[in-house]
Amino acid sequence: MADLWSLFLSAAFVENLPLTLFLGLCTFLALSKRPETAVGLGIAMIAVMGVTVPLNQLIYHALLAPGAWAWAGYPEIDLSYLSLVAFIGVIAAIVQLLEMLLDRFLPKVHAAFGVFLPLLTVQCAILAGSLFMVERNYDLAESFVFGIGGGTGFAISVIMLSAIRARLAYADLPAGLRGLGITFILAGLMSLGFSSFAQMAAQ
Amino acid sequence: MTAPSPLWSTFTDPLVRQNPVTLQILGICSALAVTTSLPTALTMAASLTTVLVLSAGVISLIRRHIPDTIRLIVQIVIVASLVIVIDQLLQAYLFEISQSLSVFVSLITTNCLVLGRTESFARLNPPGRSMVDALGNGLGYSLILCLVGALRELFGAGSLMGLQVLPLVEQGGWFTPLALMLLAPSAFFILGGLVWAIRSIWPDQAEAPDTVPPEVEEGT
Repeated sequence: MADLWSLFLSAAFVENLPLTLFLGLCTFLALSKRPETAVGLGIAMIAVMGVTVPLNQLIYHALLAPGAWAWAGYPEIDLSYLSLVAFIGVIAAIVQLLEMLLDRFLPKVHAAFGVFLPLLTVQCAILAGSLFMVERNYDLAESFVFGIGGGTGFAISVIMLSAIRARLAYADLPAGLRGLGITFILAGLMSLGFSSFAQMAAQ
Repeated sequence: MTAPSPLWSTFTDPLVRQNPVTLQILGICSALAVTTSLPTALTMAASLTTVLVLSAGVISLIRRHIPDTIRLIVQIVIVASLVIVIDQLLQAYLFEISQSLSVFVSLITTNCLVLGRTESFARLNPPGRSMVDALGNGLGYSLILCLVGALRELFGAGSLMGLQVLPLVEQGGWFTPLALMLLAPSAFFILGGLVWAIRSIWPDQAEAPDTVPPEVEEGT
């Protein structure tokens, strides 16, 4: 149990997806203009990562990993090179499914998500979650915790960045730095802050 | 970019003026993650440009046959197949670099740059023009990637392409490497500075203020 908790903390803070691994930056930068949209995006990220990472773990170990077909008498089959296509297909399907379910049962939440939900299909952070899961050999429980943790880390940082950007309305920036430029520098400063969490993992 | 613009400007526009990274905000993730040294940045740039040009060509060829409703999935599958080929090639011939790129080669699949260009350009234009556009965007991306990679390697380790350019203190030279340059935050700072520089040269790219501060009520 303690292992899972420390895995959660490390996925959320030490290996924060946007700030230390540079994953999912496109949405991170594009959708952090207002705190409201950032909250929606954060919740969607937690939900999608919490579902897709364990699901991809199951698929990888049941169908694609080397030796997965040994029970059928084909121990030499290694389909792991197909994992990329399989993962992206699963993510696209889950996002679509989630959207349809929300639309049917929770129309208000669906309206709040707006365009962000379909955009998550091409979010590098989500695909990276599944790829890291394979690289590090997580089991089912670990991959679930890793997915939730990664999503939470993303949500926290995107909400923080959007809050800072909202305050920037009062700042008098040089014209060339406005918008994208200052956002990069803000993200750099936040990333400096998050790098202090690295100590947390060492203990 | 309107339809009648000549082929040459389709190619040169994205190099600096319409640069995918600094203006269109596409493909930033990998631009920052793989730029700790110049060789990895070059490999990544070459892989991405190849995938971009090929996928633009393929998708543009079959653009009239893709049903609109499932076009995203079709495009992603085409891109993913190309990425798998590149990944296997890198593992076969450039194993060390492919190890240091880790998952980022696979992540070309979800690089917004590839999908962004196929979605907004290749889907609507004939193969020749799409591939030229893809090449231009790929090179624009590569330019930023190599610049950031070179800066970080030069100041972080005092070397370029693995060759020692600035003599280090521990080897009897004068240069103390800036360890921060190899860490995550510096990539953000360099890119932020680049955006600032480009937008100071072409002031028309500067963004309008995001939000207007609410008026302060009188008497407060």
